[in-house]
Amino acid sequence: MSATPVVEADKVAKAPNGARVGAGWRKRISDFAHAHRSWTIVISMAIGAVLLYFWSAFPPFSFVQSQNTWISGFVNAGVFILLALGLNIVVGFAGLLDLGYAAFFAFGAYLYAFGASPFSHQHLPFLLLLVGGAVVAAVFGIALGAPTLRLRGDYLAIVTLGFGEIVPIVFLNAEKYTQGTNGIGGVDRPNIFGFQFPGIDQTAYYVLMAIVVAIVLILVYRLLDSRIGRAWAAIREDELAAAANGINTVTTKLAAFALGATTAGFAGVLNASKLTIVDPTQFQFQVSFVVLAMIVLGGMGNPFGVAVGAFILYNIQSVLLKQLNATFENLHVPILQDIDFVKFQFLLFGIALVLMMMFRPEGLIPSQRRRRELHAADAESSEDLALVAPDAGEVSL
Amino acid sequence: MTAAALGRRMVSESATEGLLLRADGVTKRFGGLVAVHDIDFTIPIGSIVSLIGPNGAGKTTFFNIIAGIYDPTAGVVIFNGREMIARSRRAWLEPFIWFLPGFIGIAATIIAASNGAPDGEIFIMGGITLVALMSTLLVGVARPPRYQSALPRVGIFKSARPNDMVEAGLGRTFQNIRLFQNMTALENVLVGMHTKLRSTWVDAMFSTPRDRREEKEAAEEARGYLRLVGLRGVDGELAKNLPYGDQRRLEIARALGSKPKLLLLDEPTAGMNPRETQEMIALINRLRTELGLTVLLIEHDMKVVMSISDRVTVLDHGEKIAEGSPAEVRANPKVIEAYLGAPAE
Amino acid sequence: MIPAIAVGMVIAYFFILTFVLGLNPQTADHAPQIAIQQVANALSIGAIYALIALGYTMVYGIIELINFAHGDVFMMGAFLAVLFAGVGAGSIPGLLHLSGPVENPILLIIYMAATLAVVMPLTGILNLTIERVFYRPFRGGSRLAPLITAVGVSFILQNVALVLFGSGDRNAPQIFPLSWRIDLLGASVPVLNIVILIIALALMFVLQTFVRRTRLGRAMRATALDQQASKLMGVDVNQTIALTFAIGGALAGAAGTVWGYNFGFVRQDLGFNAGLKSFTSAVLGGIGNITGAVLGGFVIGFIENFAASLGLTRWAEFSVFVALTLVLVFRPAGILGQQVGERA
Repeated sequence: MSATPVVEADKVAKAPNGARVGAGWRKRISDFAHAHRSWTIVISMAIGAVLLYFWSAFPPFSFVQSQNTWISGFVNAGVFILLALGLNIVVGFAGLLDLGYAAFFAFGAYLYAFGASPFSHQHLPFLLLLVGGAVVAAVFGIALGAPTLRLRGDYLAIVTLGFGEIVPIVFLNAEKYTQGTNGIGGVDRPNIFGFQFPGIDQTAYYVLMAIVVAIVLILVYRLLDSRIGRAWAAIREDELAAAANGINTVTTKLAAFALGATTAGFAGVLNASKLTIVDPTQFQFQVSFVVLAMIVLGGMGNPFGVAVGAFILYNIQSVLLKQLNATFENLHVPILQDIDFVKFQFLLFGIALVLMMMFRPEGLIPSQRRRRELHAADAESSEDLALVAPDAGEVSL
Repeated sequence: MTAAALGRRMVSESATEGLLLRADGVTKRFGGLVAVHDIDFTIPIGSIVSLIGPNGAGKTTFFNIIAGIYDPTAGVVIFNGREMIARSRRAWLEPFIWFLPGFIGIAATIIAASNGAPDGEIFIMGGITLVALMSTLLVGVARPPRYQSALPRVGIFKSARPNDMVEAGLGRTFQNIRLFQNMTALENVLVGMHTKLRSTWVDAMFSTPRDRREEKEAAEEARGYLRLVGLRGVDGELAKNLPYGDQRRLEIARALGSKPKLLLLDEPTAGMNPRETQEMIALINRLRTELGLTVLLIEHDMKVVMSISDRVTVLDHGEKIAEGSPAEVRANPKVIEAYLGAPAE
Repeated sequence: MIPAIAVGMVIAYFFILTFVLGLNPQTADHAPQIAIQQVANALSIGAIYALIALGYTMVYGIIELINFAHGDVFMMGAFLAVLFAGVGAGSIPGLLHLSGPVENPILLIIYMAATLAVVMPLTGILNLTIERVFYRPFRGGSRLAPLITAVGVSFILQNVALVLFGSGDRNAPQIFPLSWRIDLLGASVPVLNIVILIIALALMFVLQTFVRRTRLGRAMRATALDQQASKLMGVDVNQTIALTFAIGGALAGAAGTVWGYNFGFVRQDLGFNAGLKSFTSAVLGGIGNITGAVLGGFVIGFIENFAASLGLTRWAEFSVFVALTLVLVFRPAGILGQQVGERA
């Protein structure tokens, strides 16, 4: 029969009857959480949201800014969490490097502006537009993904980059419908079942965002462990072998684009309803890049890691950098006090992304699978027959 | 006679002759190089046939054609009574079919608009047109099985892609093992079962009872395939950590997942020691007797070829130079010459 | 044969443009003259795109990676030229403090040559460093990782420029007097356009000779065809790849220098735009193919110029990008490339 398999150092030993021996409490909790994942997500989300909400009124948070400002920041972070979760489906699950992801964000936002603003003379219900934004984004996900299906990784990246450039330009130039550079302002705040969201107090947005993020997390995790999740992983590893095992790479990739775009649609609607203005400058390449940086830093492929990465990065960007400026100035630290960290923020993101890719590409909270994949180059030599990569002479799908 | 008519005749003929696969005149040209030339090949149901020949003879190219990776330059492959692989016919017609509803819709919308129909109606008509257009484009791009079988009825033919061949009942392994290295053995087999699982991403997202049940049953079934090929206790091991022999077995287990009728094995015993080779031979035999599979082998190990093949076909420089029982082929002077070279004059 | 095609393309474009301009009552009277000026313009911008495209195509040919940062190396070259010859940009002061046209031809040639001699090695080294530090560690592994890193490097370069030089246009000294013009069939064409074309063609000729005739050039071609085999034949693959990047970077630096002379401004997002267009040129001509990159560069230059002369500047970028998508979807091998694989 089979020879004794090589056991990974972090694998758990097995007793003769197959039960896990000496697993430790950490593994047991992790297994429990995994088995009852949806509940874990809901409960931890609820606890976390309540905790953050109340704690932000107290030190050390209160030293930095008011509770409402913090809450507002968390809602914005939530927008980025949604974006990151969606891009994670495209890049992390399916392995398709989409550099124009902000385009879907734009579609969601403009749909909401078309549906609920004085400019468009429409005031459709919020929840309808929330779903509508996701649907429109998904449709464009398919439309923009379709031309890229036969392209190899590099080309796919460039074409999606181009799409990401073009979409805001189209919105900018279609002045009759979008008011061009001025954007569409005065967009309606949400009104859910009669409750009208106030303008100053951000609590309602916060609760709404927490609910949406929790739901999306649950759905994303379900996708990860499903038939299509495996199909995406297979395509990512070896597209030819995936097709040779019956996977329709076309529909599977399109599904990744579509599903990935839906969260951007949600994010676009939510963001528009909070900022009450939609203009093309909100959807430039910087946004696509920052979201990419978030999933790289957080843990590409791992939804929880990605969400954490997005949350942390956003807060670094919106709070920490400003604080560093203020602190260094107040303390009169030489050299550092003259640097405007806010101006430097994108540079710092770029550096962080590159450093991460070079030294810890699996991110802060890695998905097990990705860590193995990304360190393949450090592993065995290419002479090993079992690990021979598809050779250059073979067909590229 | 036309290619289509020839195809139809071959289909009916192969059905009566108990042939699972029939290839007629298959030729493949890469630029100036002819990889395989005018190959006729049949695989009777329930048989184990081998394809041998020196390196570069075109064996893997032929394999890849049958598996749907290459379009042949000429020739037809009938699989399981259906014409699956051949040069495209009237492929240019396809885009017209895709855009037809769109054209009709746009025309209707324009006519209505110029006749002064109200804005709301125009909007709705335009919307319907757009939806129809997107749907037909989607179908055209995704190529579901029913769409593919409907096309020949209007004279359009496009060769089957690899995943279509799997749906039709073909499974394959690769010469240089293409497992999903960073997935576990169980996950690899589950991917192999992709076409036989019916749950979609919708089922997955809403965690329907059907989805949960199917996942559980699938895991059981996958374990069954692993046992079948002789892999125990490695379900949770990553494919890349398995020893070489186990990886070859795993690839077969994965291919079995789609419940194929025909199994294509590309050098299944490459790099194996005599004991492992014996085990592989026994496994292949069991696949035929226990699962009723038909097997096509590419092999270099003559002992393997001679011991299990019902029929052996020899290729050299892309042409078939001999075919028959193992004993016949072994004694064939052309075969000997191809492998060992002609005696010095 | 290629030169014949090239000349043919130019003449064809001239006639197309004349015809189209003739249709517009505003420009009908002087259509041929305007057309000649635009052709000269197109050749200049095409030459610039071609120089940048060469870098993309050579790098892709040898390691099958799109050097996303290449466009930004061009941008850096443009800024370096300004820093060397001009009054500076943003917070960094310039060296020679030239701010306007230099009328003395000898001095002009000296300045231009000096700028090229300084900028080209610097950008070559920049590109080389990028390869050594950011791309080499990823060789042989997953394809996604170096790609993301390349995007990151490009982003870093853009933001470094932003931080050092500020946002918005920075003045680039147009030391080549734009008043020098030559009369071609009644049209007044700036000599600069012709000079740019000559510089570009000269560099391309040198490159062609290098690749075809020298040992190192042969090593580059061999490595591009088959890295493993080249290694076995004793080629120092690392050195060869480094050389490729260095040459590509140098050419991008030349393009950047010339850009400043022609357009009079530099900006930190220059690389993004020009990079996309140049990459399109490389793909159009057949990625990995040097002649193709040159041809593609000029074609894209013509397309952009055509849109601009019709007053559709806003859609120029759009049309270039659409061209890229169409090429990649329908003929990924480009004009001069070979058919890449089969559908599966």
